[in-house]
Amino acid sequence: MIGPGLTIAVPRGALLNETLDRLEAIGLDTAEVRSNDRKLLFADIGVVTMRPSDVPTYVEAGAADVGITGKDVLTEQPERDVYELLDLGYGSCRMVLATIDGPDPSVEALRRLGVMRVATKYHKTAAAFFERTGRQAEIVEVKGSVELAPLTGLVEAIVDLTATGTTLRENNLVIREELFVSTARLIANPVAHKLKAAAIDAMLERLRAA
Amino acid sequence: MRPQIHPIPSGTRDVLPDEMRELRAITEAVRGVFQRDGYGEVWTPALEYEAILGRGGGAPPAYRVFDDHGEVLALRTDMTVPIARLVATRYAGAEPPLRFCYFAHAYRAVRPHRGQMREFLQAGIELVGAPAPQGTAEALTVLCHALDAAGLRHYRIGLGDASLYRRLLRSFDVEDGAGERLAACLVARDFVTLENELAQLELADATAELLLRVPQVRGGPEVLAASDAAVAEALAGLRNVYERLAPAVAERVIFDLGLVRDLGYYTGAVFEVYDPALGAPLGGGGRYDDLLGRFGRPLPAVGFALTIDRLHIALTGEEHEGDAVTGLSSYGHGEEHEGDAVTGLSSYGHGEEHEGDAATGLSSYGQGEEKRVDR
Repeated sequence: MIGPGLTIAVPRGALLNETLDRLEAIGLDTAEVRSNDRKLLFADIGVVTMRPSDVPTYVEAGAADVGITGKDVLTEQPERDVYELLDLGYGSCRMVLATIDGPDPSVEALRRLGVMRVATKYHKTAAAFFERTGRQAEIVEVKGSVELAPLTGLVEAIVDLTATGTTLRENNLVIREELFVSTARLIANPVAHKLKAAAIDAMLERLRAA
Repeated sequence: MRPQIHPIPSGTRDVLPDEMRELRAITEAVRGVFQRDGYGEVWTPALEYEAILGRGGGAPPAYRVFDDHGEVLALRTDMTVPIARLVATRYAGAEPPLRFCYFAHAYRAVRPHRGQMREFLQAGIELVGAPAPQGTAEALTVLCHALDAAGLRHYRIGLGDASLYRRLLRSFDVEDGAGERLAACLVARDFVTLENELAQLELADATAELLLRVPQVRGGPEVLAASDAAVAEALAGLRNVYERLAPAVAERVIFDLGLVRDLGYYTGAVFEVYDPALGAPLGGGGRYDDLLGRFGRPLPAVGFALTIDRLHIALTGEEHEGDAVTGLSSYGHGEEHEGDAVTGLSSYGHGEEHEGDAATGLSSYGQGEEKRVDR
């Protein structure tokens, strides 16, 4: 157990292995989580596993005391009332604005039509970015492969997360701007942060040292 | 027959008799405490002139209408500002201290979710003309009495000082713009950005370390002793309040040097109510020594508001404690403060009496207790 009575929300997907490595390093036996990718709840070690984008939901409601998720998720859910305690450093990737290679079609769209169309899974992040940079953009929310949207003429640009840029390159897309770099973060429920202060601080210290 | 569905606005809801009975039991228990402690109940209009609300500096109003003269009216976002207006207008010559309580709906444009609707019922007090530390100690005492009367068992009160961090920044000559950014990190509960911002300022390592560490200090009265010279003044204020609390109230207090509240009018001590059964504070309050002055009657004041819906959820949660399916959700169990909370309760002289009150109104709470003992 991480601390007395602490429940931690652990993200499945790209962040899972490094998250488990860190938890292992601070003394949690994560063998069962690694070996069983169907089970979601590991009560005896205080771990619940879920999609990264669900982590803030569980932590805000207090269904988990602490959680680990990407900064990209936190940026997309700015209204969540959670503490952001630590930048864990791993899971690094970039939120970027990308278009088809060659002359930038979004610039032409802005100049001649006044609005650029942008496909993304990160609706709020993209809207806030264009508002901040004073550009009119129509946000087109897509659920699947965002790279397809500019290739078919649905949009002039995309806002998406990229780790290596390989998928972008393979689809003839180039990065035009970087919004921010995202890494894994430790978050905490605001009430647990007070009522379980000692346990959370101890975990924080060990994660810093690990 | 298929019912006809007539919608109501997002963030509002109907209350039906079963729930209403439980809500009434809570508000009546709390009202009894407020009355006993000398707080007279007031009503003020739900609609106020927008300019009056704006003068108070509370949460910005979200719902506005024009009246028949073209004046902009707004639904109040809390009761503190309307009562400040009322004190200045109707009690201009009255001898302080003045004690008021209220049970009233307030309105904010929040994202509606459990325990946070756009129309929500608050129960609270305002103690006007009673400076720190005595006034603050009285407000905390009434708060504990009210929560006990409602039947809540495991609550704690986080106590901090709204001016502490800014005072700290000034003592290290952090320039205003940077100071605003750092203070905004606390409001956003974002210690990662705080750490990054501090690293960019050209501060001595020890200073940056202190500015990151102090707002993360939470704990018992021992945190008051471990003081850096720069925070000593604010901590002395908190210590003065703490020394005036009866043991039963003092036991509930967790000091939180990073506590900030999102309303602009707080000047000194601030506090929030936490219960292990709910992931969000049940209410809170603090000192607003400048607010009355904005309405022309400069008097120090302190108050708090409890969100009745949240108190109700927490009471229901305590009732079900320990029988969650997961066995994980139980904050209370094997948890560091559990022991204290239980001791805290048993040491209340009138604990029994309150349990009786609660049992009359909310018969099922008694069972929760039994369930817990079984485990």
